[in-house]
Amino acid sequence: MALLAMASARYASRRRRNIVAMALSLTATGLGLGWLVLILSALLWQGFSGLSLSVFTEMTPPPGSDGGLLNPLFGSLVLTVLAVVIGTPIGILAGTYMAEYGRYDRLSSVVRFINDILLSAPSIVVGLFIYEVMVVPMGHFSAYAGGVALAVIVMPVVVRTTEDMLVLVPNQLREAAAALGMPRAYIIARVCYRAAKAGMITGVLLAIARISGETAPLLFTSGDNQFWSTNLNNFMASLPAVIFHFALSPYKEWQQLAWTGALIITFAVLALSIGARALTARKDS
Amino acid sequence: MEPARRQPVVDVALQADAAAVDAQASRARALDSLRFWDNVYRWLTRGAAIGVLVVLGGVIVSLIIGSIPALREFGFSFLTEQRWNPVTEKFGALAPIYGTLVTSFIAMLIAVPVGLMIAMFLTELCPKWLRRPIGIAIELLAGIPSIIYGIWGLFVFAPFLQETLQPALITIFGNVPILSALFEGPPYGIGMLTAGLVLAIMVLPFITSISRDVFEAVPPVLKEAAYGIGCTTWEVVRYVVLPYARVGVIGGVMLGLGRALGETMAVTFVVGNAHRISSSIIAPGTTISATIANEFTEATSDLYKSSLIALGLILFVITFVVLAAARYMLLRIERRIG
Repeated sequence: MALLAMASARYASRRRRNIVAMALSLTATGLGLGWLVLILSALLWQGFSGLSLSVFTEMTPPPGSDGGLLNPLFGSLVLTVLAVVIGTPIGILAGTYMAEYGRYDRLSSVVRFINDILLSAPSIVVGLFIYEVMVVPMGHFSAYAGGVALAVIVMPVVVRTTEDMLVLVPNQLREAAAALGMPRAYIIARVCYRAAKAGMITGVLLAIARISGETAPLLFTSGDNQFWSTNLNNFMASLPAVIFHFALSPYKEWQQLAWTGALIITFAVLALSIGARALTARKDS
Repeated sequence: MEPARRQPVVDVALQADAAAVDAQASRARALDSLRFWDNVYRWLTRGAAIGVLVVLGGVIVSLIIGSIPALREFGFSFLTEQRWNPVTEKFGALAPIYGTLVTSFIAMLIAVPVGLMIAMFLTELCPKWLRRPIGIAIELLAGIPSIIYGIWGLFVFAPFLQETLQPALITIFGNVPILSALFEGPPYGIGMLTAGLVLAIMVLPFITSISRDVFEAVPPVLKEAAYGIGCTTWEVVRYVVLPYARVGVIGGVMLGLGRALGETMAVTFVVGNAHRISSSIIAPGTTISATIANEFTEATSDLYKSSLIALGLILFVITFVVLAAARYMLLRIERRIG
């Protein structure tokens, strides 16, 4: 009898403990999702009130007056295009080498390791690097430097996804192509790239999502510019840099523009990552 | 259809002969060009792969070269001195290093248990149809740029903490002997605690998604066996899943730590940018990345700039070690999974 009572007491305590743990895990999940909702709703609340057509048609204003975000929007676009144009080809080529030519060789495993580190290396260090190698020799900030800094961030993302996607391409496809007499480079370009296309595009989209909010590497490479500029060899405004300056300023109008800019960036990023996901999901099914 | 043209027999033979010679030559030419482009492509890709290494090498070399003036001037004391005086040009990195470590520690203290709990929820408790949406939502949290966390932290989260959590902490711990030092001073809202909390939110998705992946990699047989002998869900996670997934979880945690250490914009907004070491975690402080982001464009003298680059070098070395360890551990578990 006593034994039974002890056993049931023990059973009850185990059950209690289990219930507590489950409740905690539920709370944790609620917390995690709650933050997402909180942040997005704060963004919508603060950013939406400032959203109007003039945001997309006017330049950044001097302190104390109204204006828009046209020049930083344009600047961000230019910098992103530069980064993708520079970073993507290198990333795809390096990923190709690691998946196709040297899947098991020493160089690939070293590059894989280093690339994974670059993938999460602090972006401000990338800014310092580009400052040292481009801004100092050129003598001034420029959109080129900003684009290259972002390209350094794009590259590892693209390397990683390209390699992962090419590894997934079934070997039979390569063998069939080789049996028809296709040389290696043609197999890669005509067969493997086509089979892995969706995944590789996803990688580029994710990379764009990643850099569209990057601020740290731009602060001292492309700088900031209050005025409209299409000269790539000059300072160039970018959305993140403008948000940084405006949010920390004491002027209400500037802070409002910072919120609006933040809203635009966030939704661009979310749209990109959801789009990227949809692209791979379609392939899965 | 055009009727087939009749041709004299001789002509056909001659033509075939000529065509064969022609075909052989053009075949050789084609093969040569294929071989040539094949080689070109091979070396192009190899060059790009080496380019990745060159970039990393370039980062390290340029940081070392850039920080030489500061390191020569201050030597080892750069790491042990707290002073940071742009006017007299005396710089020491202790306060930013301290701030970086403290904020990251706070972040991990919160994000690791919460992240593991969410991973447990997703793998053991959650109904199947809910797993994907929740997983995606958590990953979207990872995609939000850090500057968004910064502006949200500054305008929404910090005032909120200033009015609620910080006064509460001060009154609760104000009279407790040792802990009171941790919560000393007025509630500014911004400060190391706020930075740590924002960082916790930022690294949470990384820890969650990697833990979920390694939890899912635990062979179902093991879990089923544990359930079969009557273990509760918690016991299965605690005594079967966690021990099995340990290495992967540690890898994921260190990956998150690497992020937290190097995070710049979110921290710059809320940390307070004060170059001092204070025992109180609600006091304003600074981190390595926040110092660089705030002061680099204002640094006029070469020594000042070089000191900031030296800070960057320290940050890079710390994160490199942490990330390398993380990758090594994740690689180990990947091999085990096969």
